[in-house]
Amino acid sequence: MEKILLLIVSAVFVNNFVLARFLGICPFLGVSKRISTATGMSGAVMFVMTLAAMVTWVLQHYVLNPLQIGYLQTIVFILVIASLVQLVELALAKFSPTLQAALGIFLPLITTNCAVLGMAVLNIQNDHSFLETTIFALSAGAGFGLALLIFAGMRERLDLALVPEPLKGTGLALVTAALLSLAFMGFAGLFGSS
Amino acid sequence: MLEAILTLSGLAILASFGLGLAARFFAVKVDPRVEKIEEVLPGANCGGCGAAGCSDFAKGVVEGKYAANACPVGGPSCAAKIAEILGEEVRTAEPHVAVVLCAGDEEQCGNRFDYNGIYDCKAAHLIQGGFKACTYGCLGLGSCARVCPFDAIIMTEKRLAVINRDKCVGCGKCVPVCPRHLITLVPISRKTHILCSSHDPGADVRKKCKVGCIACKKCEKTVNGEGITVSDYLAVMDYSQDLDGFALETVCPTHTIQRVDSPVPQESEKTA
Repeated sequence: MEKILLLIVSAVFVNNFVLARFLGICPFLGVSKRISTATGMSGAVMFVMTLAAMVTWVLQHYVLNPLQIGYLQTIVFILVIASLVQLVELALAKFSPTLQAALGIFLPLITTNCAVLGMAVLNIQNDHSFLETTIFALSAGAGFGLALLIFAGMRERLDLALVPEPLKGTGLALVTAALLSLAFMGFAGLFGSS
Repeated sequence: MLEAILTLSGLAILASFGLGLAARFFAVKVDPRVEKIEEVLPGANCGGCGAAGCSDFAKGVVEGKYAANACPVGGPSCAAKIAEILGEEVRTAEPHVAVVLCAGDEEQCGNRFDYNGIYDCKAAHLIQGGFKACTYGCLGLGSCARVCPFDAIIMTEKRLAVINRDKCVGCGKCVPVCPRHLITLVPISRKTHILCSSHDPGADVRKKCKVGCIACKKCEKTVNGEGITVSDYLAVMDYSQDLDGFALETVCPTHTIQRVDSPVPQESEKTA
């Protein structure tokens, strides 16, 4: 039980996927202009992460390891993640066309998003059980969503500020992201281990 | 070696079958006309038609929610193409452009206090009725210019919003943004405008702004009451009439009425 709690807090705060591990920066900067799109994107990523984690864990332990083809890990994981994202896109087109229109090009970006692949590989590296994998994936998705939502809130306010011409837009966004990451460093050492 | 090939190919085939089934299961029926209309549209996603972007408009046109000529950017040529796809006749409407009904820049209308808040007209409007001497006039902080997708609104050096008639397509995005409701859409052929929206009595207006309307009714008398109505201390023009022939800009004693001949209205250099 304690290990599960540790896992959750670690994935969401201490080792936040975006702000501490610097994975998934592209959707982080791309979809964070408005809180509404940020919420939709976080939901999609959380869903893909959890599903991907479960499927890749099963594949690793029941196909790749027994057949001793562990070197195929990267390509097999990417195959799985890409198919899952396609599935999510199809489902969204059917059930929520507005969300699909809002997320637009950023949905396929979840595929090449290193956060999802990183999370899948980390699960294997840290030798998690199936339950731990699922919980880790959910927390990682939640951490990603948290970072995205906080950043979206900040960007919405920065929109109304007077910004020097050279820093407008992405420049200011990157500086703000760095400051946010700095703030999250305050969680480091929360449990004395990473 | 063999296991690697088999595993990878097996997974790929499984994934493609799965996705194929899902595509059929999650299929959404799309009318082919929607795609054809989308290709014809300008793709600016400005929202001028009232829909949430060009794809939304294309869907709406096929459903019958929007008229074929509702796209202000595409204009009559685009409307004709859409009508052809739908198989109906074209109706054309006169293009509209926006106009800011205020000429009170920093020179004509001074400030009551220094404002150092958020650089946004809606925010400034909330503070004590705005920092300008006239509570009805243009604050000049550029909220409208920022929202215009075609860069058609110019903020003059003296902090007044002015519409570039060449670039304006009449999408109407600026109209709800102005907190003082100064912007309105008028037919492109109308060149004479009453550039004031102040309902203050004439004597008060003269103290606040050099080019404000004092409701002297000279313009109303010139057009014989047809086309201009003076009510609540303000002359309001009815754009359904063509009043360009009356040379009203020479009649108005405060130079509130101006004629816009060039695409970008010149700054008002009139004095009291």
